Amino acid sequence: MLVRFKLNGREIEIDARPDRRVVDLLREDLGLTGSKEGCGAGECGACSILVDGVSKLSCLMLAAQLEGRTITTVEGLSAGEELHPIQQAFVNRGAVQCGFCSPGMVIAAMDLLQRNPNPERGEIRRALSGNLCRCTGYQKIVDAVEAAAGEMRAEA
Amino acid sequence: MRQVMLPASLEELWALRKEHPDALVMAGGTDLLVRMRATKKDLRPVLVLERIEELRHIELNGSEIIVGAMTSHQQLMDSSIITRHIPALGQAAAMVGSPAIRHMGTMGGNICTASPAGDTLPPLYALQAQVALAGPEGGRMAAIEEFIRGPGQVDLKPGEILKQVIIPLPGKTSVSSYFKVGQRQALAISICSMAVFMQINQGRYIEEARIAWGSVGPTVMRFPEADARLQGSQLSASVLREYGEAASRLVAPLSDIRASAGYRRMLVANLPLRLLA
Repeated sequence: MLVRFKLNGREIEIDARPDRRVVDLLREDLGLTGSKEGCGAGECGACSILVDGVSKLSCLMLAAQLEGRTITTVEGLSAGEELHPIQQAFVNRGAVQCGFCSPGMVIAAMDLLQRNPNPERGEIRRALSGNLCRCTGYQKIVDAVEAAAGEMRAEA
Repeated sequence: MRQVMLPASLEELWALRKEHPDALVMAGGTDLLVRMRATKKDLRPVLVLERIEELRHIELNGSEIIVGAMTSHQQLMDSSIITRHIPALGQAAAMVGSPAIRHMGTMGGNICTASPAGDTLPPLYALQAQVALAGPEGGRMAAIEEFIRGPGQVDLKPGEILKQVIIPLPGKTSVSSYFKVGQRQALAISICSMAVFMQINQGRYIEEARIAWGSVGPTVMRFPEADARLQGSQLSASVLREYGEAASRLVAPLSDIRASAGYRRMLVANLPLRLLA
């Protein structure tokens, strides 16, 4: 079936099997390998994307559900070569080790900071609670989101 | 290849179900899609309810709170109707999965999955919720404990869907809360959960108590006789300990990968004391 949606600011029209998982459509058909598949069952958060601005799991969505939606993946956050403040904060604070969880962490942080521009550390931890990091970098990830929140408030 | 259809109204849904009587009905997909992947040979079509706007609402209507089946867990958490009048349901919704799961998962999906560990179920039992079921021929109502028949089993007739949940508006002096023990603070399937509803009178005596238990039996469990013994008492450690000990003898827990039956009984005996914390 033809699926039409907006992906990282661009209108997309793609012929896909309606039951294709969104994570596969993004990674294999559209070449956007930022979103990762960790568990494929909704427990790790590595495949998180924004659907109409809200974080959802692309391993638990079917291609047909994309029709008419606005999708943002981690690839859609930077402005050309300039990283988004959340991404830059992850770099500056050493919040990335192997990097597998980072795209999902960044998307979860986006979801939080859109709704709550000035979160407390506990709120950041809760917002990231669905994203598993196996390099145990949680402290620096929370530091990065806190720093990014400050940066984004200063910009706004 | 599996067909996936997204009806935009109940009328469209009834027509599609008539055409595809074997179709699976999908709410948020957070359980169904995990199960579907495990059984790859099953190619039944999927009817996704997410575009049916009339299924997504929270209303206060006279003496009832009405929640549409496709209301997400996040919407339950964010609703002032829920947090003000039936906080236990908002607290339970906040303990489902993770933020992204709560954006996807729905009230109706949590009920129809009918897991003994479903977080929103104990509050619905304690609050005496009814479910409104709808089909092409019309609708009917059922009490939540009649509708859920066993683990993963609900009383949906062919062609029916769960449309709404109806919760009687509690009195002004009522309290409700939800407590859950899991292996970690987030993304945890409950080992034992407890929803408490109490109507408290002016002398701080319990007029009515309804306590519902999750993950300690094939479905949510309630013990009306033990609840009745709380009537007329003030909340105290000794009263709650007595209730907890009675309840721990009545639950039917299993040992599984998360905890042993003995540990679960211990939790049932002690969780009521959290009401004093």
